[in-house]
Parts: sequence; structure tokens; C-alpha cells
Amino acid sequence: MDNHMFAATELNRKNQRTEKLVRMLFILMASLLILPVLIILGTLIYKGGSIISIDFLFTDPTNGMTEGGIFPALLGTIWLVAVALVISVPLGIAAAIYLSEYAPDNWFTRLINLAIINLAGVPSIVHALFGVGAFVVFFGFGTSILAASLTLAIMTLPVVIVSTRESLQAVPHSFREACWNMGATRWQTIRRVVLPNAISGILTGIILEVSRTAGETAPIMFTGAVFFSPFLPQGIMDQTMALSLHLFVVSTQVPGVPENLPYGVALVLIGMVLIMNSVSIAFRMRLRGKKKW
Amino acid sequence: MVGNTDQVKLEIRDLTVSYSGQAAISGVNLSIREHEIFGIIGPANAGKTSFLKAINRMDMFDPNMQVEGNILFNGRDLRKWRNVYALRSRIGVVFPLPVGLPMSVYDNVALSPRLRGIKEKAELDVIVERCLTRAALWDEVKDRLHTLGSLLSGGQQQRLTIARALSQEPELLVLDEFSIAVDPVTTMRIEDVLKELKSEMTIILVTNLVQQARRLADRTAFFLDGECVEIAQTEALFTRQTRDSRTRDYVEGRFG
Repeated sequence: MDNHMFAATELNRKNQRTEKLVRMLFILMASLLILPVLIILGTLIYKGGSIISIDFLFTDPTNGMTEGGIFPALLGTIWLVAVALVISVPLGIAAAIYLSEYAPDNWFTRLINLAIINLAGVPSIVHALFGVGAFVVFFGFGTSILAASLTLAIMTLPVVIVSTRESLQAVPHSFREACWNMGATRWQTIRRVVLPNAISGILTGIILEVSRTAGETAPIMFTGAVFFSPFLPQGIMDQTMALSLHLFVVSTQVPGVPENLPYGVALVLIGMVLIMNSVSIAFRMRLRGKKKW
Repeated sequence: MVGNTDQVKLEIRDLTVSYSGQAAISGVNLSIREHEIFGIIGPANAGKTSFLKAINRMDMFDPNMQVEGNILFNGRDLRKWRNVYALRSRIGVVFPLPVGLPMSVYDNVALSPRLRGIKEKAELDVIVERCLTRAALWDEVKDRLHTLGSLLSGGQQQRLTIARALSQEPELLVLDEFSIAVDPVTTMRIEDVLKELKSEMTIILVTNLVQQARRLADRTAFFLDGECVEIAQTEALFTRQTRDSRTRDYVEGRFG
């Protein structure tokens, strides 16, 4: 009799079959994500791996960009990303601190949030045209690293703001109240309790932003990046080459490019992004390892 | 009643606290004297915590919380304190759920002195040791002052919270069921400390343990359903000299 109590009923068996089926389906869908990554990386390494060398990274392109290296483009991308960060990080963090720590729930705050959402939704080509109108022409920066980086900064600002705000909000509210109750001002509380505990999350967000900025093409091609430049940029008012635009150029605009060259450029670009992402993951692991509450 | 003076520390006039229009306490009148331990007892939802929050102007953190009536601290209306930070730094609060800040034990206790502008290590060391000792925590943490305060056990975090409140060198110490996460032996040690502290500050003790109020409080108020039913010398409440039968039922455990 006891055995009967625990024997599976028809309903149990049906539930278990469904459970197995659903589980398989979810695993399948999740695994599908790996495929595009493997195919892209595999193709790039297979077709472009042969061209990668120290020389390729650190020499100029020659012979109408069909030979030689990619040094000016690599350096240009670093310039563009660095200047964009210098602009967007302080601005984004300050805005996020206001929204997370100070902003009351009123129409003005809602307006700012609406602006952030809309800014995030603007297509990059529209940002590019805005950049031309505002920075190249109106402010008179011309096509320069400054104009291109400002355009990139405005495009990535919503990402910085949202990720920073999330990191700040992840610090429990009770810590703030405990601090306020002792007579600390908002800023004292932010500086001594909130920021030190949100900083790893904020950095993670910034690094993810870097990897996105590095790959953008549209916003820079009208504002500061050029097909080819015989000179390396000397300052932020110079034009520059950039990896993403260089990839576009050698893939579609120049005849007679050896097949492995565009693949090699793409591999370097994706390699940069992957290295950045690994750094970001390492940060997050450290954050988890040092969990403070 | 040693140490008591008739100086009024905190005067409450017709205090009403409501959340989104729903009253948590209404029409409370009472005055708390300098250097007394003032007990507040009462069942859940009696409005004890709302009362404490109003004293520390915590309504400023919560847009739904409205405070009406007057609270006079040192004879001055709370609303007239333009520097609310100075007000809060004079009032130490300890809530039932301990909050160890995610910084070292040392930094937890040194935070308030640092906010006041004390920078010298030697001076901070003295304050940290004194406050942790008073909160009955020093012996347990003196060898690991640099571990995270938020990783201490619940009972230790509660004593850390008390030490932090004491580091403010408050004029008024407000304790809301501090013993909820603390073992009975430690509770007794803290109770002894509170009796000593009475000579330095005024203490408001909200407690669910009526016997704790009896052990510590000079006078005790009984709160019920947002009203202050009765205020009396503590001993009177426990010797059937209550004016209201509900108070007697509550202290004798015959409630509801």
C-alpha cells in the first residue's frame, strides 16, 4: 500500500514529460547564441589570422591601402574613444548621480528620463548628421577628432547614465538612511557610502561603453574620420583614420585588396572589443568576490 | 530618579503622523525630560516607530510621510531648525534592523566623528574604542577592527549600530527595539550601559518587552492604535495604578 502512495500518477508523468521538453527547448535556444559568435570568430581567424603580425599592427598602409599595416587607424580609434570617454564619463556619472540620489519624482525628472530613452533610440546615422550640423559646422570644429568624439560621446551618454544609475541603485537604501540619520548630507553620504560601493559596477558599464564606441562607423565618418591620411593625428583638431571606417574602406571602396586584409582588420577590431569585455568581466568577478553585504 | 532634572528636552504637541493621508499616530502630547529614560510600549501598529521617525525629521526622506503638530527640541520647534543635519547629528537613532555600513568596523564608528571634521587618528582611536566598549562589542571585534561591518553577525551589527549612534555624542538617544537581534546576556550588558548613559543624555526606549521598560524607564508611555493612551511613572504602570484598563491589560499580558 505504501508503494502506491508514491507511485507516479498519469498527471505526474505528463508534467515530467512536459518539463523535459520545455527544458530541452530552452537549452537549445540558449545554445543557438553561441553559434554566431563561433562562426564570426572562426571565419575571421581562418581568413584573416595569417596577416596579423607586429608589423601589421604598427606600420602604415601602403600601395593605395592594398598592402602594409593599419597603425594610423588603430591609433585613430584609440584617440576617438579616449576623447569621447573624457567627455561622456564625467557628464554621464554626474547626471546619473543626480537622477539616482537627488531627483524628486516630478515632471522635470520624468522629462530627463524621457530624453535619455529617446537619445538611446536615435539611430547612429542621425547622430552622425547631428554631429556634422552641430560640431563640424555650427561650433566650427571642422572634421576633427573633437567633433567625432563629441558625436560619439552624445551617442553613448545614455548607456553611461543608465548603467551608472543602476549601479548606484544597487546599493541598499538602508545604508543611505543610516548615514542621513547621523546628520550626513546627501553628498557626504554619496562620497563615503554610495560611490565606494558602486564604483566597480560603474567601471564595468564604462568599459562596455568603450567597446561599443570603438566599433561605431557612421557617427565618425562625416565628423572626423577619413579614408586615408598620410599623417598621424597630433591633437584633437586633426582628422584621423579609424579601424571601423578603414574596414569599410578596404572591404568595399578600394580595388585589388588581398582577401586576408579586411578580415585581418576586422579581427583586430573585434579583438580590441573582446579584450575590453574580458576586462569588464574580470571587474564584475572581483565585485562579486568582494560582496560587502 | 537620580540625574533627573525638570528641564524639558523634547516637547511633543498634538503630533499627527500620516502616510499618504492614512494616520499612523494622531494627537499625541507628551514631554520628555532631560536625563530620563523614557519608555514607550505598545503592540505592533501602535505608531511607536512613526513617532521616532518624526523626531529625527525622517519625513524628509519619504514624500508620503506627513507630520503635523509641533515637536520642540531644546525648546525650539523642529521646523525652525534650518540646519537639519546639525539636528540629526545631536540625535542618535537605533532601529530594530541593524545596519552595518559596508565599511570596516572602525570606519563605521569613526564615520560620525569624521563627518564632524575630526581627522586625527589618535582622537578617532579613542572614540572608536570608547563607543564599541559601551555598546558591549569591543572585546569581540578589537582584533578585527578592519573587517567589514556589514559582515558581522546580526547581533554584532546591532551593537555596532548602537556604537555608531553613541559616536555622534548625541544629546538624545532613540532606541527602537534594540534587543530584537541581540541575545539576552548582551541585552543585559547594554541595559547596564544605558543606565550609565542617562547621566550624559536623554534616552527614548521603544520596546516590545514590557519588563525591559520596567527595568530601565523612569516614565513609560503606552501607545495603542496611534494614540498615546497613558503616560506614568513606570513603577505605577506595573503596580496596577493605571488610569486606563487597556494599559493594565497590556502590561499584564492579557491583551487581545
